[in-house]
Amino acid sequence: MSDFINNFWPYFIAVITIVGIVGCAFLLWFTSKIKIVSSNGDNTSGHVWDEDITEMNNPLPRWWVWLFVITIIFGFVYLALYPGLATYDGSKGWTQENQYEAEVVEANEALKPIYAKFDGMSVEALSALPMAKSIGERLYMNNCSQCHASDARGGRGFPNLTDHDWLHGGSPEKIEETIANGRNGMMPPMGAMVGSDEEIKNLANYVLSLSGSMHDAARAGLGQPKFASCAACHGADGKGNQALGAPNLTDNIWLHGAGEAAIIDRIKNGKVNQMPAQQDKLTPEQIKVLAAYIWGLSNGTDH
Amino acid sequence: MTKANSSAIKESATSPKEVVISLYKAEEKIYPRSIFGYFAKWRWVMIWLTQLFFYGVPWLEWGQRQALLFDLSAKRFYIFKLVLYPQDLIYLTAILIISALSLFLFTAIAGRLWCGYTCPQTVYTEMFLWIERKIEGDRAKRMKLDAAPMSIEKLSRKFAKHFVWIALAVWTGFTFVGYFTPIRELGMELMQFNLGTWSTFWVIFYGFATYGNAGFMREQVCKYMCPYARFQSAMFDDDTLIVTYDEERGEPRGAGSRKNTAKTESLGACIDCSLCVQVCPTGIDIREGLQYECIGCGLCVDVCNDVMDKVGEPRGLIKYTTQNALDNHWTRGEMFKRILRPRVLIYSLILTVLIVGLATSLWLRAPFKVDVIRDRSVLARLVEGGMLENVYRLQIMNATEDTHQYRLKVNGLENAKVGFKGSEKNPLITVEPADARWIVVDIEVPDGSLAAGKHKIQFEIEEVESKEVLTEKSIFLIPR
Repeated sequence: MSDFINNFWPYFIAVITIVGIVGCAFLLWFTSKIKIVSSNGDNTSGHVWDEDITEMNNPLPRWWVWLFVITIIFGFVYLALYPGLATYDGSKGWTQENQYEAEVVEANEALKPIYAKFDGMSVEALSALPMAKSIGERLYMNNCSQCHASDARGGRGFPNLTDHDWLHGGSPEKIEETIANGRNGMMPPMGAMVGSDEEIKNLANYVLSLSGSMHDAARAGLGQPKFASCAACHGADGKGNQALGAPNLTDNIWLHGAGEAAIIDRIKNGKVNQMPAQQDKLTPEQIKVLAAYIWGLSNGTDH
Repeated sequence: MTKANSSAIKESATSPKEVVISLYKAEEKIYPRSIFGYFAKWRWVMIWLTQLFFYGVPWLEWGQRQALLFDLSAKRFYIFKLVLYPQDLIYLTAILIISALSLFLFTAIAGRLWCGYTCPQTVYTEMFLWIERKIEGDRAKRMKLDAAPMSIEKLSRKFAKHFVWIALAVWTGFTFVGYFTPIRELGMELMQFNLGTWSTFWVIFYGFATYGNAGFMREQVCKYMCPYARFQSAMFDDDTLIVTYDEERGEPRGAGSRKNTAKTESLGACIDCSLCVQVCPTGIDIREGLQYECIGCGLCVDVCNDVMDKVGEPRGLIKYTTQNALDNHWTRGEMFKRILRPRVLIYSLILTVLIVGLATSLWLRAPFKVDVIRDRSVLARLVEGGMLENVYRLQIMNATEDTHQYRLKVNGLENAKVGFKGSEKNPLITVEPADARWIVVDIEVPDGSLAAGKHKIQFEIEEVESKEVLTEKSIFLIPR
């Protein structure tokens, strides 16, 4: 438990804690009675200021003192049960982490009856169910929208989930797999393989020509042979390979920026992109409902 | 008080002059005597009014739901027609300020009315005392019973008292929880012994607090815990009505007929019967003057008036009056004229302004709320058709209990295309009763049609039926 480098400090604090509590108990006992020189039993404390100002003894009710005693006992009980003294973990073995985990288990348990209704239903069927849809939407808003945007149409570097262009496959099973395990997209830097800057520029123009984007036809013609080094992943026709996560280059959808300059940069420097795995955060049932929502964005009835 | 302290003072063995005194003392139990009279009657009227409200209101229904329900888990407060969201916290602030100022006002005019007549602490103490009296008898009988050794009778009376106390306390705890959880469902669960863990905890917690405070702590709460008693002098002035003893008339006090003997002729009106001390729920002697322990219940006024009637003296030896009236021998008319003094007028003025303000603001309150949050992940993006798009999340909170439809408009951008899921088919947004709905709104402008940078825009949301409009500000970003 200790975050201290030196073992001395936890014990130092433990001693202060114990001395503090015992000190409070001692003070409580020590100040309960005073010895005074009483003149006539007039119920004053015997203290006199400015010649004639005396202090009346207005005793504290005894039950109030018991409250102090209870706090002292509470202090010791707490220190016995919970981590608080040096490296002692407390008899309950409590940590923030296992409390969090227990609460997650409890919350998932409470949610079970809701997800039980979706048991055995296919992703396609779920995507048409209004209740599953609204749960999926909330899950999406809480867990996905930070990158893919609230409307799921993504942004630069973050794929649009509402179109029919899928890097790793758009079948329900593939979407579930992507959410659960995450994805690593990796395009190696190809500059050295392609050749000079001129040759790279030619190749970029050929890539642009695949989707009918604005390009220099002469350069594209020159660049075509160089596409052989791309074809291993993106396919000879440039339509990509979902097994590898290689994007389709013919659909005019550019995840990392459109235009000649952006493509030259991709060829030269490659690109690494990552979707984090969600299976530690979400239960399999939640992932299924979420997959149904996302699948429904491009296949559902409202599109 | 003096008895306890003198017993705590012990003579020291070493020196005759040195003594050890304890700075703690065991509280003496107070056995208030029962009393009937003008103020006692008002106390019971107030007890009935406050408790009929407290125990009764959770059972009232409003449409399909409980009329007064503070649903903490759903974060909705239902107050008859009103549905309040956490965003309406300002109303709570206003109500608290109004309550505090009302307390100042009433205290300035007539002393601790709150303590004497409406404070739950004194009200429940009085109710518990009533039960105690019914089972154990009045003051003298209770004192005798407590002093007596344990017997079957004592045991059965004590048992009966605590049984009734606990029953009332549990009902109180149950009612209290019923303000936060629908009380009818709670009642069903209770009858089936199927109460949830937290409901059970809070019922027992508040039940125990009632039992402990009204049965045992009683005046100790007022004396040692409540801050109000300690700052009463800051709210009192010489024209504040207080329960007070007419020392001039009463002293020197003493027993005996006021007519017959030379010995008693010089005595004041107080016959020193000590009944005023016996009826006092905080166990003080009002003849010592205004004290912080005095809760202003007026029971000593009632009992002293009875005594004065019996001995044939005029009433009012202990009475509700002001310091000025007492010192200057004012008539009641002269005394009441001083109520209209600057302090009272200023309190009243501020209070009126606040109450009118609160009422107006509740009256004009829009029946829905809107919140706009710009998507932070996507600053701006190019989409099909050469359009530049910003994404917003719009939350519409319906603060009524009917389904409503809302129309969305965005001002501040020319050629802007506003859309949300399904907006092509139905441009109206429907929100269920007392529900909050998130809508994702996309706003597009033709790329290059606006200068790079921030553009201020306003979301205008109109409730279709009432035509009520709310406006929320946001920005539209164009990248450089």
